[in-house]
Amino acid sequence: MSIIAHEHAAESHVHRDDVGSRMGMWLFLFTELILFGGMFFLYAVYRFMHQEDFHVAAKELNTIIGTFNTALLLTSSLTMALSITAIQKRNRNLSIFFQVITIILALGFMVNKYFEWTSKIHHGIFPGSEELLAQNSGQILFFGLYYVMTGLHGLHVLIGMVLIAVMTRLTKRGVINADSYVKLEAAGLYWHLVDIIWIFLFPLFYLIT
Amino acid sequence: MSKLEEHTEQHTHSYSIYILVWLALMILTGVTVAVAGINFGTFTIATALLIASVKTYLVLSIFMHLRIEQRVFRVFVFVAFLFFLISIVLLFSDYSFL
Repeated sequence: MSIIAHEHAAESHVHRDDVGSRMGMWLFLFTELILFGGMFFLYAVYRFMHQEDFHVAAKELNTIIGTFNTALLLTSSLTMALSITAIQKRNRNLSIFFQVITIILALGFMVNKYFEWTSKIHHGIFPGSEELLAQNSGQILFFGLYYVMTGLHGLHVLIGMVLIAVMTRLTKRGVINADSYVKLEAAGLYWHLVDIIWIFLFPLFYLIT
Repeated sequence: MSKLEEHTEQHTHSYSIYILVWLALMILTGVTVAVAGINFGTFTIATALLIASVKTYLVLSIFMHLRIEQRVFRVFVFVAFLFFLISIVLLFSDYSFL
């Protein structure tokens, strides 16, 4: 009898630890720091060894597209943060609106990236191409790093888009609501990390002239 | 404060502070692009990284809620960055003979 009563009590008690959930997300973000950090180390060493080549190679990149993409990503970070405040203020539709805008801005970022990459590839600049292999080793390294680092970052943007789309669905269904929104917060943390990585990628690849 | 309240404690930023931070981030992006054309020699990369660090601080403290999060989160992030910094210093002690 006492066991049944105990089980009933356990059922009615909601097991939730939002602080622990956010801490878990932060721990995951630290592993991302190590993943991208290793690549930034590679970049630092190769740039130090091939300073001239890096400057010449960076001139190939379009600063305007890079700046525009930075603005898109920063704005998408804003709308993501706003969506959390909206759900906290019990304004579900506004939160969904901000989440959808975030996804659209991310899509815009990826569309730009697509055009940027395809134009590079049309000019014969891609890993292993004859045109690139004819250049100095520093330029080959620059574009190798460019494709790997912006590629991995782009993959993160894609994953973030899917993640936020799932959150939008959960918000619509009421799973994410004003009293329980830690999932949305975790997705937000991921999205802001993707933003921070771009904050460093942008000057390191597009702004060395 | 009861145990339950602690779990669901509201930590909210207003809409306006986010918009202010966003404006600051956009202005800093403009500055970093404008400054990139000027040649400060070895300080060019330092300037770019400094601006990027300021932007990162803004995103971490406001967008990622570190300012209103429990203290342990700030300690965690600080330690993570400290080790990252140590790695960079060790790396360059090898490559540039600082």
